Amino acid sequence: MTQDNKLVALCKQSDLIPNSGICARVGDQQIALFYLPKETPQVYAIGDWDPIGKANVLSRGIVGDIDGRIVVASPLYKQHFDLHTGDCLEDATANVPCYRVSLDGDQVLIAL
Amino acid sequence: MLNVVVVGNGMVGHHYVAQLVDSGIDAKITVIGGEPRPAYDRVHLSEFFAGRSPEELALTTREHYAELGVDAHFGDPVERIDRDNKTVITNAGRSFSYDKLVLATGSYPFVPPIAGSDHQACAVYRTIDDLGNIQAQSKGAKVGVVVGGGLLGLEAANALQNLGLETHVVEFAPGLMGVQLDTGGSAMLRRKIEALGVQVHTRKATEVIEENVQGETRLEMKFADGESLATDVIVFSAGIRPYDQLARDADLKVGERGGIDVDYHCKTSDSDIFAIGECALFGGRIFGLVAPGYRMAEAAVSQLGNDPIPFQGADMSTKLKLLGVDVGSIGDAHGKCEGSIAYTFSDERIEIYKRIIVSADGKKLLGAVLVGDCSDYDSLLQYFLNDIELPADPETLILPYNAGSAPTLGAAALPATATICSCHNVSKGDIVDAMEAGHCSLAAVKSETAASTGCGGCTALLKNIVDTEMAERGLEVDTSICEHFAHTRQELFHLIKVGSIKSFDELLDKHGTGRGCDICKPATGSILASLWNDYVLEEKHVGLQDTNDTFLANMQKNGTYSVVPRIAGGEITPDKLIVLGQVAKKYNLYTKITGGQRIDLFGARVQHLPAIWKELVEAGFETGHAYGKALRTVKSCVGSTWCRYGVQDSVAMALYVENRYKGLRSPHKLKSAVSGCTRECAEAQSKDFGVIATENGWNLFVCGNGGMKPRHADLFATDLDDETLIKYIDRFLMFYVRTADRLQRTSVWMDNLEGGLDYLKQVVIEDSLGIAAELEEQMNNIVGTYQCEWKTTIEDPERLKRFVQFVNTDEDDEKIIFVQERGQPRPATEEERQTLLKETA
Repeated sequence: MTQDNKLVALCKQSDLIPNSGICARVGDQQIALFYLPKETPQVYAIGDWDPIGKANVLSRGIVGDIDGRIVVASPLYKQHFDLHTGDCLEDATANVPCYRVSLDGDQVLIAL
Repeated sequence: MLNVVVVGNGMVGHHYVAQLVDSGIDAKITVIGGEPRPAYDRVHLSEFFAGRSPEELALTTREHYAELGVDAHFGDPVERIDRDNKTVITNAGRSFSYDKLVLATGSYPFVPPIAGSDHQACAVYRTIDDLGNIQAQSKGAKVGVVVGGGLLGLEAANALQNLGLETHVVEFAPGLMGVQLDTGGSAMLRRKIEALGVQVHTRKATEVIEENVQGETRLEMKFADGESLATDVIVFSAGIRPYDQLARDADLKVGERGGIDVDYHCKTSDSDIFAIGECALFGGRIFGLVAPGYRMAEAAVSQLGNDPIPFQGADMSTKLKLLGVDVGSIGDAHGKCEGSIAYTFSDERIEIYKRIIVSADGKKLLGAVLVGDCSDYDSLLQYFLNDIELPADPETLILPYNAGSAPTLGAAALPATATICSCHNVSKGDIVDAMEAGHCSLAAVKSETAASTGCGGCTALLKNIVDTEMAERGLEVDTSICEHFAHTRQELFHLIKVGSIKSFDELLDKHGTGRGCDICKPATGSILASLWNDYVLEEKHVGLQDTNDTFLANMQKNGTYSVVPRIAGGEITPDKLIVLGQVAKKYNLYTKITGGQRIDLFGARVQHLPAIWKELVEAGFETGHAYGKALRTVKSCVGSTWCRYGVQDSVAMALYVENRYKGLRSPHKLKSAVSGCTRECAEAQSKDFGVIATENGWNLFVCGNGGMKPRHADLFATDLDDETLIKYIDRFLMFYVRTADRLQRTSVWMDNLEGGLDYLKQVVIEDSLGIAAELEEQMNNIVGTYQCEWKTTIEDPERLKRFVQFVNTDEDDEKIIFVQERGQPRPATEEERQTLLKETA
């Protein structure tokens, strides 16, 4: 990711669910957004598509940490995906895209 | 390569094959089984009528034998042995040559020479085909009689009871199980099984069986004392006789009363022919149990290798459950040894009988009889087998534990030679060796040694040994739920309860590290709900829930959800049925009837869930908690309201039970059922808690399970009135909620509960821990704070925020694609999806 990525406003911060995820759409990309008020940064974005379960569901998983890495567990078959990188902890061939997001006031911005 | 032919494919014949394959001896193995199917578990045969299929009883399959390179033939028994040409010839005329021949032909049931015993409604009990015959003969029958009150006879009686017949046992001797039990034990067993509805007739010699032309039953048995008994079906189970005809015809040495004579090597009088199992006679004895047969098989295999081990007879001690009654017999049960001293404990109120026989000097255990409570069996057997010196007051071994300090035989006291698992012949030394080699957990020891993977009777003892050995090595048993909490679920439960903790963050702050994960978060969510019963989607709880709990629906493979409204007891009005149909049509949902008597609506998109539920709630439906680790369904039969046989109103009871416990969050899902009579149409004995109507009230069963590892529920209490029934269920459920592991069903919980069923009865019925009132109060609190989560959710706009596909647009997820099949939608397969996506692109 480079700095000249286009920043797109996705939604409002108040649309997010604290300590959990929700899905947003930009074009044909489906993006899982996680809002963790106690962490820095507070907002994370990875692809919503679960390459193992083959469905758009990662935004509906449980967030936590494994060995210090902040992860979401797929609600289908429970593999863990690193919210900082999109890497799948159990299967390196199943990594998902990761996006840069930021909060600008009440706006959630994503770099595409 | 050695050419080995094994005749017979029962449990022992199969064990021989398995051992020979494992031994690495270079052998071509041919198996010829007389029965049409490969080896199966004869010990648990009566479970066939409790719903276990032949496939589930199977010990192996044709495919598995083929994988092992074993040439197996079934349904064509061997007709004769040609010793001169070292060949066996089958009934169909096929011949197989051998270098070594193994006879594992087993035994057949003895049918006493009684006139009329050849009637077609007279059966025997030995094979799966016999069971099929008993089942066929029992069609339309009301009464069944078993001739023979021994171990097998009582197994057969269990089978008849499972078939719903009024069951009688007719025994020639004065008591039941005369071989294994003394007079007192036999009397207690009789008392217990009569209480279970089996009628016992002892000292009865059957003289003739006649067709009953006028009466309501098919047959009439006439006894020597002039009395008679009317019945529809008779099962003979009066002992076994060795199948030794092949050996006789081949002029091998056989015993006077049958049995193929074998030596320490299990060799017959022809040194190229072995005989093992129930067809073999060793030291003038037939060993009619499976464990000695296995030892023979192992001894016979070892003769073909470099390290031959002798068969030296086997201990005939046995522990089993007959008609649900625990019975144990060790060594000299009758106290025949000279100078022996007996100690007896008998309690007719709780129907327990225990007797031990000790040597004249009081130092060695010679024998024991246990009826109604086998919890002391393992310890006693170790004393017996290993000649361990008894405590100064041997009676403390069998006295109820609150009467004195019962010295339990610790794992440390056992010698290395002590056999722990008799199914797989694993000694304490083997276990210690495995742990020395680095297999330092219960699971690792089990997979390394196969201990406790047979009948499972040694589970508690094995755990005890592993724990003791780990402690000796200074290793800690890590029971942490996950990396964030160094606690078990039970400990978390107590921490939350005692500390009045109301949220996950609070628990993490006080007792954990890190941020939590998908293991500890839902577990905590469940405990918080069990204790405080807050709305699960409250902001502080929502992040703890699995997706199913978050969306109050069950996620399916394509990311859509299924919707299951509660249909308590399976009872539903026509109007509500119509609403379900209308909703399904409107939202294009696939509908299917579930195993729990409800209707499941599949394929709902997340954004449609609130609208679907709004319509359902308006029509009077409530959430069914199909998504939660919670009470699911209470299945029922129609009961006495409609059914000719029903004795209680099972539907009303099921409705009451389901409505009482709905919403209860628990370590795992809970299923229940209520049957209106002993025919048990609601299958209550496969549920976490099941209720079966009796003439006098209700019988309560607990800790049953279907699923991957079925478990027949245990009879917990009988003839309860409504109030006591509910009281016991309240206590039982709350005790489970408090003490079970995460995702541990009641069946596994019970199998791991120290003290087992008896302990659970003490806690729930006798209130031995003094917590019954507290358990009831906690349950009343849950019942009193019930809310339909869907009703709460659709009334709260803040909660509905999450029920969208996309937070920033109303579009659909185009990856969710349905195709039509049999008039309903179903998710497209990956292939179909690719094709359809291309077409639209």
